Amino acid sequence: MTETTEAPGAHDFIAKTVADNEVVLFMKGEPDQPGCGFSAIVVQILDHLGVDFAGVNVLESDSLRQGIKSWSDWPTIPQLYVKGEFVGGCDIVREMFQSGELKTLLAEKGLLSN
Amino acid sequence: MPMPLADLESHLRAAFPDAQIAIDDLAGDGDHYKARIVSAAFAGLPRVRQHQLVYAALGGRMGGELHALALETAAP
Repeated sequence: MTETTEAPGAHDFIAKTVADNEVVLFMKGEPDQPGCGFSAIVVQILDHLGVDFAGVNVLESDSLRQGIKSWSDWPTIPQLYVKGEFVGGCDIVREMFQSGELKTLLAEKGLLSN
Repeated sequence: MPMPLADLESHLRAAFPDAQIAIDDLAGDGDHYKARIVSAAFAGLPRVRQHQLVYAALGGRMGGELHALALETAAP
């Protein structure tokens, strides 16, 4: 069962996932066991802010791993989506966190519990 | 397969001729760079759009020849 090219199914899955979940992180590995340093940083930031999020491990499927890059026109993982909108990868999320913009964005969208 | 710093710099300078560009080789392996780019091309754009312009300048090499490129972009 190998998927080596991006299938239409991947985009459908991504569309549904970002529609059904308010905060989605497409990442390498799982939230409790990230598979790469950049994904781990974003998980850490989201945990620090106390945000509930859905972690999607792109390593589980080649078609998903390629599909998420063509979906957002963004060549790398991790990718953070807030209410369906692509916010950025590790660099952008980190910059926004340090400036306070990320917390503001999440608060404005009613996503912070504290 | 890594990318020499000189190649990375020349791709970026070709796309952003007016820019101030500073590149750090983070790991010494030609595969982990940090680039700070200040260019008028970024004015008024959200960060995602700014970074997409940089990735476009690399012509699809990001994720292939180049594994990690930490970006800091800004308008002057």
